[in-house]
Amino acid sequence: MTIDKDTVRHVALLARLELSEAELERYARELSAVLDYVAQLDALGLEHEEPLAQVNDEFAKAREDRARPAPLSRAEALSQAPAQDGTYFLVPPVVEYLEP
Amino acid sequence: MTAPVTGREKRAVLAWEPVIGLEVHIQLRTESKLFCPCANRFGAEPNTLICPVCLGLPGSLPVMNARAVDYALRLASALGAQVHRRSIFARKNYFYPDMPKNYQISQYDEPIVTGGTLDIGERGAPRPVPIHRCHLEEDTGKSFHPERQGDRRETRVDFNRAGVPLIEMVSEPALASSEEAYRYLTRLRQLVRVLGITDGDMEKGSLRCDANVSLRRPGDSALGVKTEIKNLNSIRAVERGIQAEIRRQAAILDGGGKVEQCTLLYDVDHDVLQIMRSKEFAHDYRYFPEPDLPPLEVSESQIEDARRTLPELPAQRVERFEHQLGLPAYDVDVLVADYDVADYFERVVAAGAEPKAASNWVMGEVARATKERGESIDEFAKIVPPARLAALADLAKRGLVSGHLAKEVFEAMLVDPGEPESVARARGLVQESDPGALRVVVEQILAANPGPAEEFRGGKEKAFGFLLGQLMRATGGKANPQVARDLLREALEKTPSP
Amino acid sequence: MIPHWKRSAAELAGDVSAGRADAVEILDAHRAQAARWDPAVHALLGRDDEAARRVASSRPQGPLAGVPFIAKDNLCTRGLRTTCGSRILEPYVPPYDATVIARLRAAGAVLYAKANCDEFAMGSSMENSAFGPSRNPYDLERVPGGSSGGSAVATATGMGTFALGSETGGSVRQPASFTNLVGLKPTYGRLSRYGLVAFGSSLDQVGVFARSVADCALVFSVMAGPDENDMTTRPDGAFSLDGLDVSARAGKGLAIGVPRNILAEGLHPEVQAAQARAEEALGRAGVRVKEVHLVPPAACVATYYLLATAEASSNLARFDGVRYGFRAQLADDLLSLYTKTRGQGFGSEVKRRILLGTFALSAGYYDAYYRKALQARRRIRSDLHAALSGVDALLLPTAPTPAFRLGEKATDPLAMYLSDIFTIGANLAGIPALNVPCGFTADGLPVGMQLVGPAQGEGTLFRLGAALESALGGERRWPELAVGAAS
Ligand SMILES: [Mg+2]
Ligand SMILES: [Zn+2]
Repeated sequence: MTIDKDTVRHVALLARLELSEAELERYARELSAVLDYVAQLDALGLEHEEPLAQVNDEFAKAREDRARPAPLSRAEALSQAPAQDGTYFLVPPVVEYLEP
Repeated sequence: MTAPVTGREKRAVLAWEPVIGLEVHIQLRTESKLFCPCANRFGAEPNTLICPVCLGLPGSLPVMNARAVDYALRLASALGAQVHRRSIFARKNYFYPDMPKNYQISQYDEPIVTGGTLDIGERGAPRPVPIHRCHLEEDTGKSFHPERQGDRRETRVDFNRAGVPLIEMVSEPALASSEEAYRYLTRLRQLVRVLGITDGDMEKGSLRCDANVSLRRPGDSALGVKTEIKNLNSIRAVERGIQAEIRRQAAILDGGGKVEQCTLLYDVDHDVLQIMRSKEFAHDYRYFPEPDLPPLEVSESQIEDARRTLPELPAQRVERFEHQLGLPAYDVDVLVADYDVADYFERVVAAGAEPKAASNWVMGEVARATKERGESIDEFAKIVPPARLAALADLAKRGLVSGHLAKEVFEAMLVDPGEPESVARARGLVQESDPGALRVVVEQILAANPGPAEEFRGGKEKAFGFLLGQLMRATGGKANPQVARDLLREALEKTPSP
Repeated sequence: MIPHWKRSAAELAGDVSAGRADAVEILDAHRAQAARWDPAVHALLGRDDEAARRVASSRPQGPLAGVPFIAKDNLCTRGLRTTCGSRILEPYVPPYDATVIARLRAAGAVLYAKANCDEFAMGSSMENSAFGPSRNPYDLERVPGGSSGGSAVATATGMGTFALGSETGGSVRQPASFTNLVGLKPTYGRLSRYGLVAFGSSLDQVGVFARSVADCALVFSVMAGPDENDMTTRPDGAFSLDGLDVSARAGKGLAIGVPRNILAEGLHPEVQAAQARAEEALGRAGVRVKEVHLVPPAACVATYYLLATAEASSNLARFDGVRYGFRAQLADDLLSLYTKTRGQGFGSEVKRRILLGTFALSAGYYDAYYRKALQARRRIRSDLHAALSGVDALLLPTAPTPAFRLGEKATDPLAMYLSDIFTIGANLAGIPALNVPCGFTADGLPVGMQLVGPAQGEGTLFRLGAALESALGGERRWPELAVGAAS
């Protein structure tokens, strides 16, 4: 399968990555090569195989519904933020597009 | 089918049949969040109910809250829906600043609940609306966008709500009018509150609704192009937003145009719909199974427990009030409309009051008092516990107070914590039923009014009313009317003409 | 007297607990190794010597009392910068310890530094670290392997008695094989992932680097077991050292399977020689050697690069410049805040994998790529189960070649991906695997072999590994720092 630059551009938008023209070109080439490589899975005859997303078959139980005090102070949480006002995390104004 | 429609829609509906589906997000009233032990609480200081998990810090992992699952089972049971013994969490991927991980943990192709119905009909005319699915998912944080001409240039984000458990309940596209959508939400809100899984407070965002709307020619089986109205955050907004969209689509179609699939926002204050610009959004959520959570397994006994511990549902309660307590339909509707009020009423009956008398009190004086005082029924019950109201009803039944005076006793009970009888006595509101005492007054009245007494004996019934009025006045209205009537008649008949 | 930095964890902890050794002196001996070596090999990133000295001087107690260790920089450490080898997390200081770190600390171990790694654990050579590559101490022109290369180098040079790495597709075993170390990738779910910055969540496991099988087992036993903060941990995941035989006779009566069908072609002759050495040594130790059959490992690589990248594309979405880490300048609307921050903050391999994973999940391609890879994953797991059914473990090379030169594969992503060809199967199947050093090439480069066992089979792997270790015998060959090598 060959991926063209426009496909990379679209995928990059979904993934929120700004890429230069040179990067778009390079990734189109490299991803095409990787997809050619993965095409070998077709030879395994997997049509009747059930998908396997997780390997464990025994897992922990759900936890009891108990609240505990927040382990993070607000100051601690905000301390890592690139922009904050002491109360909120700040981002550029969201006016153009709304939550999907 | 044709459903009642409001006037605004009528014109459109003549030519076009609306098809409406609702997606309601129900915020669950758990103690802690869906995937972390932070408190699930509304109204706290911003960014104080947070931890590495709900803030999406690197390396953190979700841990499932068992109670949220129980709530889903409870809802499923009430809707008669199918619970899936094994369901799968999936990640819904999109970027938004109040979504800490930039994906939402939700359920996709294997939800915990499918099917079932919600009845939005009237008594005797059921109207079951088929439900498509219910699934569990986490809520986002909250963004505060800059005001149009405000001083702030940034959007501010609070993550207290991030990770609060939600059930997303999706109806089939089976509602035929904004009125039906209104009833659907009203009934759903009543149901989920009765189930105790949410406070159902739309102001606080505990119930949030999106609506899918399309129009088609009556009789067509294919659906028209649908649009989605987002964030309808009050029942009124749901009704009016859908009305506005039906009008908008009908105008397009009437003009020979085509409805374009889009997402809209409804501004309820200005009654306008806004099409959301979404050029940046290639909508592609890239769902895939959440690797951090095991499949959600539900046992047969959990499902059975949910069924067994289900509270009485509104339809069952209506049935019982009508048939077991013998209340008139009007009373039943009024009482069951608010479960807290209905609960109070039931406790009054349990304390010994007759159902109809209790119903009169609750719908009458109690409703008036709580409204005037701005109290909830629970607050009111602290002042007038059900047993106290039952005792008052008993005073009236025993004839100790008249219907009119009982209302005065009720008023007095709001400020006087004493038992109804002592409250009534202290204020002299108890009826005089002692024949000995009343007989003395009767004789005084007859002596003072020989004329009317004579007229009565001469066959003028009207004169009896005058004498009885004199008697009641003389006793300050406290004479038991029945006793007074009997004594007066007895005295008039016994006493010979002078 | 043997210097502290050459000694085993068990000896050091024993001496500290008994008061025969001072934990501060032990720490300083390891720090001196770091001072000597790190300028040449660049194994370490952030460090907190002060905090470590405070811990060491507070009479540590426990099975790892006073034992200094290094953790890969994708494991969260409270108050100590955790960058994942990425610009996008360069300033990030976590407010909590990963569960494995907390358990090691509780056992008395002393953390003083974080190890360099390929950015977000994506890589096999350390050339993808945003902070510059680490180098192989046995040949500074060569890579130490990746993505946990810094942890490997730190353990190989005595900066730490042991180190933690992480694996998604061989990132502990491959560097262990390149640097003469024992390297464990446990059964999925035996070690908590809480605090391990996720790459491919269904594949990720924390791993251990040690210089002996016994130390590796000791460290593993301290960390293993269920964690209430990680629902994917196994309820039966705890591991006890009781009755664990790590003597020369430990392998007696066990059987290993060798998948000759996949070792036939393309294998480096020196690696082939090491395989033969290992089989012969295990035979001497009383282990039976059988032949088994496996699916071509290229299918594992294909499956892995779809699944790991798909999960990564979602896992790495949270790095957006909003709550922590790097934020691009001149981003005045939300979309460009995202695209610029991520475009500038991530390196080229990370972007490549995010693109691949996003593509594999996107509308129209999900079934052809992501879902198909899930189906292949089941096939690969069944195949490994079948191969393991008549034996206690498999024996095969960890990497197809010894350590390669810096830059050798840097321009060909596919060639780089293929250096994980033998390790990926265990990650896809969630089963444990252990790299054991098996000698050196003529050029003095280490070569390792891996033992792959069934789920929960770590005990067996330790027994076989110990048997192999003893049978191959000899003094440890430490790397030597050429005078003037420090760059
Ligand atoms: Mg939803
Ligand atoms: Zn939390």
